[in-house]
Amino acid sequence: MTEQIMSHTSPPVGSDITVEPLHEITLSVNGAPHTATAPARRLLSDFLRRELGLTGTHVGCEHGVCGACTVLVDGAPMRSCLMFAISAQGHEITTVEGLGTDMDNLSPVQQAFKECHALQCGFCTPGFLTTIHAFLETNPSPTEAEAREVVSGNLCRCTGYQNIIKAVLRAAEIRREGGAA
Amino acid sequence: MTTRSIGHSVQRREDPRLVTGNGRYLDDLGRDALAAAFVRSPHAHATITGIDITDAWEVDGVEAIYTFEDLDELMARPLPVLIPHPALTHPRTCLALADTEVNHVGEPVVMVVARDRYVAEDAAARIVVSYETKPVVVGVAAAREAALAVHDDVPDNVAAHLIQEVGDVDAALACSPHRLTIPLTIERSACMPMEGKGVYAVWDRDDASMRMWSSTQTSTGVRAAVAARLGIPLARIQCMAPDVGGGFGVKINHPWPEELLVPWAARALGRPVKWAEDRREHFVSSAHERQQLQEVEVGFDDDGRILALDVKVWHDNGAYTPYGIIVPIITATQLLGPYKPGTYRCEFWSLYTNTVIVTPYRGAGRPQGVFAMERTMDAIAAFLGKDRTEVRSTNFILPQDMPYDHGLMFQDGRPLKYDSGDFPASLAKLKALVGWDDFAAYREQAEAEGRKVGLGIGCYVEGTGVGPYEGGHVHVETSGQVFVATGLTSQGQGHETAFAQIVADELGVRFEDVHVTTGDTRRMPYAVGTFASRAAVMSGNAVAAAAKVVREKALRIAADALEANPDDLEIEDGVISVKGAPDTQISLSTVAVLSNPLRYAFDDAAKAATQFAGTFDPDKPPVAEGDEPGLEGKGFYSPTQATFANGMHAAIVETDPVTAEIRILRYCVVHDCGVMINPLIVEGQVHGGVAQGVGGALYERMAYDESGQLLNASFMDFLVPYASEVPFIETDHLETPSPLNPLGIKGAGEAGTIPVSAVLASAIEDAEGFPILSMPISPSELWELRRQRASAAAHSATTEGDR
Repeated sequence: MTEQIMSHTSPPVGSDITVEPLHEITLSVNGAPHTATAPARRLLSDFLRRELGLTGTHVGCEHGVCGACTVLVDGAPMRSCLMFAISAQGHEITTVEGLGTDMDNLSPVQQAFKECHALQCGFCTPGFLTTIHAFLETNPSPTEAEAREVVSGNLCRCTGYQNIIKAVLRAAEIRREGGAA
Repeated sequence: MTTRSIGHSVQRREDPRLVTGNGRYLDDLGRDALAAAFVRSPHAHATITGIDITDAWEVDGVEAIYTFEDLDELMARPLPVLIPHPALTHPRTCLALADTEVNHVGEPVVMVVARDRYVAEDAAARIVVSYETKPVVVGVAAAREAALAVHDDVPDNVAAHLIQEVGDVDAALACSPHRLTIPLTIERSACMPMEGKGVYAVWDRDDASMRMWSSTQTSTGVRAAVAARLGIPLARIQCMAPDVGGGFGVKINHPWPEELLVPWAARALGRPVKWAEDRREHFVSSAHERQQLQEVEVGFDDDGRILALDVKVWHDNGAYTPYGIIVPIITATQLLGPYKPGTYRCEFWSLYTNTVIVTPYRGAGRPQGVFAMERTMDAIAAFLGKDRTEVRSTNFILPQDMPYDHGLMFQDGRPLKYDSGDFPASLAKLKALVGWDDFAAYREQAEAEGRKVGLGIGCYVEGTGVGPYEGGHVHVETSGQVFVATGLTSQGQGHETAFAQIVADELGVRFEDVHVTTGDTRRMPYAVGTFASRAAVMSGNAVAAAAKVVREKALRIAADALEANPDDLEIEDGVISVKGAPDTQISLSTVAVLSNPLRYAFDDAAKAATQFAGTFDPDKPPVAEGDEPGLEGKGFYSPTQATFANGMHAAIVETDPVTAEIRILRYCVVHDCGVMINPLIVEGQVHGGVAQGVGGALYERMAYDESGQLLNASFMDFLVPYASEVPFIETDHLETPSPLNPLGIKGAGEAGTIPVSAVLASAIEDAEGFPILSMPISPSELWELRRQRASAAAHSATTEGDR
């Protein structure tokens, strides 16, 4: 029998509860200003998901390796699990929802992923989409090697990447054909 | 004219939702739910001597803290042994929260429920658990040696011991012209879905009912388990699998402690509670697989024909055996691949270690079995100086041998009897694809450039689509839209698409009009789960059966309405018409209206089904005896045995002469999963499977230290391959339909992963010229093997010189 000290659904009398201070955080997300309060340590990924309800950004490892939580900060891909929400104060954030939420009118990268079967479970997909979207802004006509290189910082456990690389090239093609940006 | 949907690379129905951030994964639900966090054992083996939670209460937002002492009688019982087996003589399972003993790092000890996860983790960090540590058993060799025991009452660490033998192996070995003994090792890896596990539960106090969601591969299994442990009637609990971010096997085990504790706490607190596993938790408290030591003894003749195959397997099952001994059973049976040895014996011991539990991971024991068999084939070829494909061909089961009964019992308790496959044809395709016969010239050219290259091969047979059953429900609404439900879950396999294709074809409606729900016990309470490459076979045939029922009913109602013979009717694009007289027609939506006699008209269409519409025979009841209202139907598929898919892979690798870096130059797959519902999806499954196989062969392993600490429990250190590590995969398909099910389908989900370690070991061995007996293999390990060989050679040269 183990020794039990205190139990279990009510705090002991006279305990000294510490309360965490909250901060008002204002940032632009997908072109619209958002303000919410959160503790200083709230990760940007959690802030987007919890405080703003934008659950398209997924958290796969919480240590910046898998890339599922990648968002664009002022247009550049960043791991939102490695950034505090309060550090994003005043910055422009683009999440996967910012690439387009109209399921009948997908953006080039979204459309390419669908056409090329570049996703299976879809959990890592938002991080790939934001990364590729930003990449094609600066390199609209990548080679296959460049396409492989740009997605080599994101983990996917389902697809084996082959169709993701195909989708990078296809997205570039759709953009060149004048698909909606 | 409707074109058949089955067989076409239809783009996935799931994708628009998933690429726009509209997916709903477990942690996307219950935004305002309380969050759970767990205090987990930091020790691999210890006695718990005390738990002090006082400090934890000083964190603002804590709602509850639970230890084993708080659990009621049902919840305090050990978790179930899901798959009992007579050979599993010493099953052990953990408690939902540890009581006096912990047996691996990561075992849950205390549950904290708080306002949010940050707060719950703050509180968890303040809980002090006192332990007296005990000596640990790490690695299967230590478990076999049994100097120390994981469980005091299992002193030899043997959870299970099983021998299956066909023919007299000892006699056949004794009279074999040639004999070889091959020791082999495979290390641990893990499924590592990008989304960890997760549970969210909402208790409705007024209704005394539970709704829960789990990131699971079996919502029916979770529902039944939670009902049993919470003492809730099945009628008062529903479980849904939302979008699931990958499974690969780990999410078929159930109930996880958290799957019981979260709904239990939700009921106790009267508040929704959620737990989403973080990555470190997934590493130390979910499941791993693969570690085995093997010893193969083989007897063969001058042609390389196997006369006797005697295999011993020591399988690491981790600290507990909730999933029974399915993995080593699969190793023992599927090891045989496409071959027919004269005699065969496999003996395995399933052993306890103080490490994370072992449950099926994509391939589920097959990669190890195939590794043993294919390493043996290569060893025979090397011994006889024969081409490796020739030795394999000599041992193949031939198409005319089908069905081929190995005389063994498979993982479903039924005979290991192959139903289909054409192995010589598959091998011919593979040799053509990789350019097997041209490789010697390529190697010569590479050698001239100072490069080392090797060609490898691996063949496998995979029992897929195991029972007991799956069900389908098809409902044509009065809108003409078709709603389909099947109970098994989806983790990225595209079931919403593939099953819609099947129903569209069977029913005669447009693919766009079919909508599929999976893994929701509200819609289909009878189901088993998604594992063992069984979903397409099982639910595919089940929804087809359900669609047939609905089709027949629709034709019967339409025949009445059109005053025609049902046999003269056809359904195309949702319109029923008389063959040869297309103007005599009725839409499926109208038939749906007529199928449900109404008292009340809720819209214009419904008027036709009301009592004064004047379309009914007054002498008959509105719903005929034995009939049911509504244009819907159910169907179940329950096969007598598994159907056996197969495939063969070949790879060309290059090994750096200096650094021993291993690069895959080409990777070729020939795959036979019978009729393909959607080739796009099948190809995707193969690609992903190969990538996981490459990870397991070259990069991934669980690095436990001698004290049972997992040293690489993060994606920084456990190397899941990125795009930079996965080769371009070239595929070809052979379709030999299964005779066992109406659609001719065989499973495809695990195929890609199964032979990869065997193939790459074969290729590296071919490049290096010495045996590769242990996988995974890193450049430093290959470098070390080279050094040992060189040193042994130098030593032997010196000895020679001294003579």
